[in-house]
Amino acid sequence: MTRERFSTNLINPMDKVTMSPEEVLFDPWPLAASEPDVVVPPVRTIVLDRPPTQVAPTHEREAIRKVAGAGPERLRLQDVSIHYGAKRAVNSVSLSIHQGEVLALIGPSGCGKTSLLRTLNRLTELTPSAARSGSIVLDGQDVHTLQDTTLRARVAMVFQQPNPFPMSIFDNVAFALREQSRKRPRRRELEPLVTCALRRAGLYDEVAEDLDRPALRLSGGQQQRLCIARAIAMRPEVLLMDEPCSALDPISTSVIEELIHELRRDLAVVIVTHNLAQAQRVADKVAFMYLGDLIEYGTAAQVFEEPRAERTRDYVRGAFG
Amino acid sequence: MSTFASSFTLEQSEAPRPTRGRGSSMRSWRLLDRLIFIAAWGAGLGLCLITGAIVVYMGVRGFQYLRPELLVTRPQEGASQEGAGGFLDPLIGTAVLTAIGLAIALPLGVCSAAWIVEYGRPSWLARMVESAIEIVAGTPDIVIAIFGLAIFELSFMGVFSSKSPSGVVIGRSFIAAGAMMSLIALPPLYAATRDGLQAVPAHIREAAFALGKTRIATIRRVLIPSVRSNIATGVTLGVSRIVGDTAIVLLLLAETSRNESAGSVPLLGFLRGTGSTLTSFVYDNSPAGEGKSADKAYAAAFVLLLFILALNWAVGRVSRAQARSSGFDVGGRL
Repeated sequence: MTRERFSTNLINPMDKVTMSPEEVLFDPWPLAASEPDVVVPPVRTIVLDRPPTQVAPTHEREAIRKVAGAGPERLRLQDVSIHYGAKRAVNSVSLSIHQGEVLALIGPSGCGKTSLLRTLNRLTELTPSAARSGSIVLDGQDVHTLQDTTLRARVAMVFQQPNPFPMSIFDNVAFALREQSRKRPRRRELEPLVTCALRRAGLYDEVAEDLDRPALRLSGGQQQRLCIARAIAMRPEVLLMDEPCSALDPISTSVIEELIHELRRDLAVVIVTHNLAQAQRVADKVAFMYLGDLIEYGTAAQVFEEPRAERTRDYVRGAFG
Repeated sequence: MSTFASSFTLEQSEAPRPTRGRGSSMRSWRLLDRLIFIAAWGAGLGLCLITGAIVVYMGVRGFQYLRPELLVTRPQEGASQEGAGGFLDPLIGTAVLTAIGLAIALPLGVCSAAWIVEYGRPSWLARMVESAIEIVAGTPDIVIAIFGLAIFELSFMGVFSSKSPSGVVIGRSFIAAGAMMSLIALPPLYAATRDGLQAVPAHIREAAFALGKTRIATIRRVLIPSVRSNIATGVTLGVSRIVGDTAIVLLLLAETSRNESAGSVPLLGFLRGTGSTLTSFVYDNSPAGEGKSADKAYAAAFVLLLFILALNWAVGRVSRAQARSSGFDVGGRL
């Protein structure tokens, strides 16, 4: 794996939060505009040929984590088990997921991390043989009592393969917003919301001149950022990411990793990844899974540098996987 | 990265022209391979020749006999079309039947395809729907026509056609013929839409579900728009079948040489009335029919052919426009 060589400077917590007055005016989300102490995701320009830097060392990451600050608990998993027919994929996992932090699920293939991720927004229900036990609570409400459409708007997801719809860039994001309301909103009403989502996903500057271009003409990395824009346009509380960079080149990967760092300020992010270096770069908390069991859970520093379980130690050192 | 890219471009500027080495000689092939090779080429070329012959022959005949006034003058009353008179009424008849047939078959075909692919449960019902459409597809049009006659002659179906002076429902009208035409246009429309929907990758649906969309919103806003070109293909096939059909016209449209309204209400009277189409006009005036006016038959057949060619061209345009506007094509080509 040479990918870590391409990691860009991750984040510097000091220089990102400034916004010019007109950008604040442009932000249609009252939460961010009304409370000055809420950290607002900045408007970003992505410079693609910025020289790569080293992975932030541990103490720096810890500092960043403190700045981002683990917020309130969003999701609580209690004894979650998943079966496909008679086969058990996930075995009694209990976890808690907080706003303001990135939780990385790591582990070898087939360890159940994607299954676990997909139960969080009840997408496993689309597989007829899948059955889940245990409880998943979103903000004090069991996800089974929520309508699936409501749940999935609050717990959004980004997939491994960029999967924009075969429509224009604007419509891709607008689709997420449009079907929420009974009455079809006009383009003028949607425009600020769409623009804001694209800005937050760091895509706006690249596509601003023609939002009616077909989304499938974008590059892979841009498509994936469009998918992120689409997912965060609904202002979800949790963002699930299933290996979001595994189909992308190193530069697009670093752009998206940077984005994840910024998004976690007002979201809880759960990311499944095969790439340990990536988990090390983006995660605040790491959960290591093996054959359906949650083996180890802790801060990224602790799991990677002082793993308690022998399995984890072997895995993070590359003895198997 | 940039250094890699620049070194590649340097090498590419001196790229050699592609050359081909020696291929295998046909002499070394097995006999059967040689025969099939020749048959494959022969069949392809032969088909082109036959199509070309039809188009050229009809084109020559058409230019020979087609005069503009034929398109705008009404046929003579009665069977014989010797002397004056064109085929305005059959032209309108074809257009109206196509419109009625398509208006019924298009929503029916698209909806049933969407149901089969996206819902399709319980599976016994899906199998039943699938085989019902297959049976309709395989039924000869004359059988569909006689079934339609049996239905539209029922006394309570009188509103869809006219009554004879003695009060018997005639059961022959544009509405009756159009309704049965929709049945023969349905199978190709259904099949084209179904194939398109099946070719839409599963991750597109998953993406919509993960955004909290219902299945029906996904079908309406994502899936149907992305199979537009397939639907257009289905429409072409369906329309070709409608404009080409004669049996239903003979039985259900009464094949009167002029379109005759039933009653005085403008549009409804026309739709309840009888008439003819280009195909029945060609049949009647061909040397086999009673019209004794083969030149007009050739002219009408040429118009029919032009119509089909125009339709194919239009569908090609729709597909290309879709591919351009969405960057996505699941292969709705003829």
